[in-house]
Amino acid sequence: MNSRLINWFKFSSPATYYPLAGRLVPLFSVIALVLIGVGLYMSFFIAPTDYKQGEGYRIIFVHVPAAWMSMFIYVVMAVWSGLGLVFNTRLSAMMAKALAPTGAMFAFLALWTGAFWGKPMWGAWWVWDARLTSELILLFLYIGFIALQGAIDDPRRADRAGAILALVGVVNIPIIYFSVKWWNTLHQGASVSITKGSSMGQVMLWTMLIMTLGFWAYSIAVSLARVRSIILERERDTTWVSELPEVRG
Amino acid sequence: MFEAFLIIVRRDITLAMRRRSDLFTTLFFFVIVVSLFPLGIGPEMNTLRLIAPGVVWVAALLASMLALERLFAADFEDGTLEQMLLVPQPLSLLVLGKVTAHWLVTGLPLAIVAPLLGLQYDLSPEALGVLVVSLLLGTPALSLIGAIGAALTLGLRGGGVLVSLLVLPLCIPVLIFGAGAVEANVSGLGEQGHLSMLGALLVLSLLFSPLAASAALRISAE
Repeated sequence: MNSRLINWFKFSSPATYYPLAGRLVPLFSVIALVLIGVGLYMSFFIAPTDYKQGEGYRIIFVHVPAAWMSMFIYVVMAVWSGLGLVFNTRLSAMMAKALAPTGAMFAFLALWTGAFWGKPMWGAWWVWDARLTSELILLFLYIGFIALQGAIDDPRRADRAGAILALVGVVNIPIIYFSVKWWNTLHQGASVSITKGSSMGQVMLWTMLIMTLGFWAYSIAVSLARVRSIILERERDTTWVSELPEVRG
Repeated sequence: MFEAFLIIVRRDITLAMRRRSDLFTTLFFFVIVVSLFPLGIGPEMNTLRLIAPGVVWVAALLASMLALERLFAADFEDGTLEQMLLVPQPLSLLVLGKVTAHWLVTGLPLAIVAPLLGLQYDLSPEALGVLVVSLLLGTPALSLIGAIGAALTLGLRGGGVLVSLLVLPLCIPVLIFGAGAVEANVSGLGEQGHLSMLGALLVLSLLFSPLAASAALRISAE
């Protein structure tokens, strides 16, 4: 038990995590490239045309995985924030900080593709659909997190303030989601939902799954690359950073 | 322990009463924002009646954001806050006291003045009653949630705008059920469900936000 604990915390030090992340970044980049490539090929050429929505529905192969990832990344961010507050590890907060821009990007991508999907399907770029609205609020939460971290100069305070905000946000997300959903059903009656109407075929499901895994690998690769930069920036005065070959050279 | 809470409430109210202009700025901001909407939209009474709950509620939300900055700022600047961090009573209790006093001087006046503004929008007497009840339940929740944001942004440059950016998304459920209660009453659906949800939000924020806000205060005052 004791030895496992030591192993577990070994990589919580930036000095040991930095080279590990450096090895993982190319690995996950390749996985992301392959999976997204296969997923895009499947979504354009293999998945059959939807009999109701035509060719336009293919955008959901980007839209749905992006929306899933944006929600998932917020939860991961909150978990890192919680770990950072409990164990007082610097690296956890750095991970949360590194994840936020990727999550915001996916939230934005989900809204963007949602608008493109909505124009032919609903006849409007924006509909106050419960999911679109909560996705928009999620984007606001990401922006708030990034803005708060950007406004605080002291990195330690920025980390911990951001952690509290992320935890408050993650508690609020279900409340926001259900209140928006209720608000929506009261106001709109029956709105067209994405999953209703066409039950998803086997191929479509696989394509979506592959795209999701690809986006996942992409998120890991990008956030690890970003956390390496954050580590270098914060630890620039330490000896281990000055001894790195890329810093010396 | 309850005594400490009362002392904080009494102290903050006394301080607020000494500087009454601060108090009135929030209130008049609320009144002016609500009165601006008919000028922008046009005096059609049917339209105004439809948008009244949303307008009053959004204005109340913005007014309470405006007041948040002052929640901890003065105590932070003159060092009182550091003393509060050191007292034996739990910090969350003191935070709750501060938020209560803050609500009494900024949130309660909004609820009292709201029926007058509702009359401008030709709301029925029952709808006005529901508006007051929804504001009475909702504005304390807004103050409580806002306290977390105010504590997080304490002493930062541009804190006022930042606080709105952080807190407004978190306040959306309160806005939905607050405005929804009045709307449900106007359309004859019954406001009971919305008011119960507002009450639930108030109880939840009463439980959690003093804890979160005091954790944030400890970080900010470090």
